[in-house]
Amino acid sequence: MKLPHHYSKRRLTTSEIIYNFFATLTGITVFNIQFFKDLFLPPYEIREVKKQMNELGIKTFPIVSITGLLIGLVLAMQSQPVFARFGASDFLPGAVAISVVRELGPVITALIFAGRVSSGIGAELGSMRVTEQIDAMEVSGINPFNFLVVTRVVATTFMLPLLTIYVIFIALFGSYFAILLTQGMSFEYYKNAVVQSIEFRDFIPGIAKTFVFGYIVGIVGSYKGYTTTGGTEGVGRASTTSVVVASLLILVFDTILVKLSLMIWPL
Amino acid sequence: MAALDIIKIKSLTKRFDELTVLDHISLNVKEGENLVVFGRSGTGKSVLLKCIIGLLEPDEGEIYIKDKNILKLNIKELNEIRRHTSFLFQGAALYDSMSVHENLEFTLIKRKKNTPGEIDEKVHHTLNLVGLEDAIDKMPSELSGGMKKRIGLARAIITEPEIMFYDEPTTGLDPISSKDISELIISLQKDLNMTSIVVTHDLVCAKIIADRAIFLKDGTIAYEGTLNELVRSKDKFLQNFFSTDLIKS
Ligand SMILES: Nc1ncnc2c1ncn2[C@@H]1O[C@H](COP(=O)(O)OP(=O)(O)O)[C@@H](O)[C@H]1O
Ligand SMILES: [Mg+2]
Repeated sequence: MKLPHHYSKRRLTTSEIIYNFFATLTGITVFNIQFFKDLFLPPYEIREVKKQMNELGIKTFPIVSITGLLIGLVLAMQSQPVFARFGASDFLPGAVAISVVRELGPVITALIFAGRVSSGIGAELGSMRVTEQIDAMEVSGINPFNFLVVTRVVATTFMLPLLTIYVIFIALFGSYFAILLTQGMSFEYYKNAVVQSIEFRDFIPGIAKTFVFGYIVGIVGSYKGYTTTGGTEGVGRASTTSVVVASLLILVFDTILVKLSLMIWPL
Repeated sequence: MAALDIIKIKSLTKRFDELTVLDHISLNVKEGENLVVFGRSGTGKSVLLKCIIGLLEPDEGEIYIKDKNILKLNIKELNEIRRHTSFLFQGAALYDSMSVHENLEFTLIKRKKNTPGEIDEKVHHTLNLVGLEDAIDKMPSELSGGMKKRIGLARAIITEPEIMFYDEPTTGLDPISSKDISELIISLQKDLNMTSIVVTHDLVCAKIIADRAIFLKDGTIAYEGTLNELVRSKDKFLQNFFSTDLIKS
């Protein structure tokens, strides 16, 4: 794989910037193709996938729990006076639920996941690259791409939807808590209002897009880490740019996927 | 019986952008031979090893390992060749996320040639060879630089390769471990008829293991001969190189 020019302290010329841009673009494309090639090739590293699911997914539950609770709480707190002003307090649970399920739950979970996991993968694979651990794997006849990249991307792709579903539930509890404090409502009533307002066409697109976000988090971190150059400094760069690129891509793809889902399931 | 040339390099050239690191290098290594590669830092010794094993792609030239042109092989065929070779990296390159035990067994498990019992046995035996049986459950971050090197060596030889590439195997070791490692390399050559290419600055190590030595300079093999010939050479550059080296070691 051809790597972009070495980063250097001096400013790059325009032609180098353009070269780097296209080198990176081709690099990412080749990387994605390689992923789908290796995904279906043995050996299947089931054990390693499980390990990464635990490492990258399960260990993210604590941080997203707090986030989920706060999203629900804040959203309900912010919306409550507005709904009351228009005499629509009864609609509050349903409105909060729809925004949490369709948009806030998936996107905020994905952004947090990108912050923790994309950077982690970038740093880990980056340091394996610069200390020649990836080369060591390769010369012993083991496919490092399969062992390191495929396992991580599979893990992130399947863990993020699980995390998101969990976050949505926590956020709905948070929102109930806020409503309880501000205007009072029985849990039974709240639950019914939520269940009645959320439909299949809210839930499916909301969860479906998180598979894409999970893939983005895994593949961006892996790409940045796997192609790290420039020693320890390069590892830091791989880690931070992973988060930036993954977060941006998540928002871009969110826009595209929302548009798409509205075409498939019109409201 | 004359031994075969197990490694043949023809006119190997490697450039990084404008920098020509290796400039039309030709070199043969005989089966069972220990070849030592000298050269100042940054002359391309590591690059040479990495080209031979297919980690770096040369710009020109041909490389044959066991009569296979490795530049023409697909990844499967290349990996077949790599089953018979091992590489000790300059920085040991131990897998950070795995314990010493896991580092050693990793390749064996992936190759699926041995039972778990045999693998365990090999791990203990090899750790014993490098004198670090106590470190078996340690993580790489808990090891000193010298210990990492020795574990790296253990990981490389556990597969019993026919050809070994050592990138500065004794750099950073104390003189006694350095001598032990060099003697281990020699005994591996004797016991397994292993062929080795050893990059080193360490004259003590070279004295113990070298059947033949080459000296890389400006991208070419500037000198070649037995170690004695190189050390006793009247050439100013060589005299200078080896005298400073002797004072250091
Ligand atoms: N991947 C690489 N990209 C660019 N330049 C490299 C790369 N690897 C090595 N070099 C350059 O090649 C030269 C030789 O490096 P190396 O083989 O590591 O030297 P040494 O003889 O000390 O082992 C150095 O100038 C180094 O900067
Ligand atoms: Mg070197």
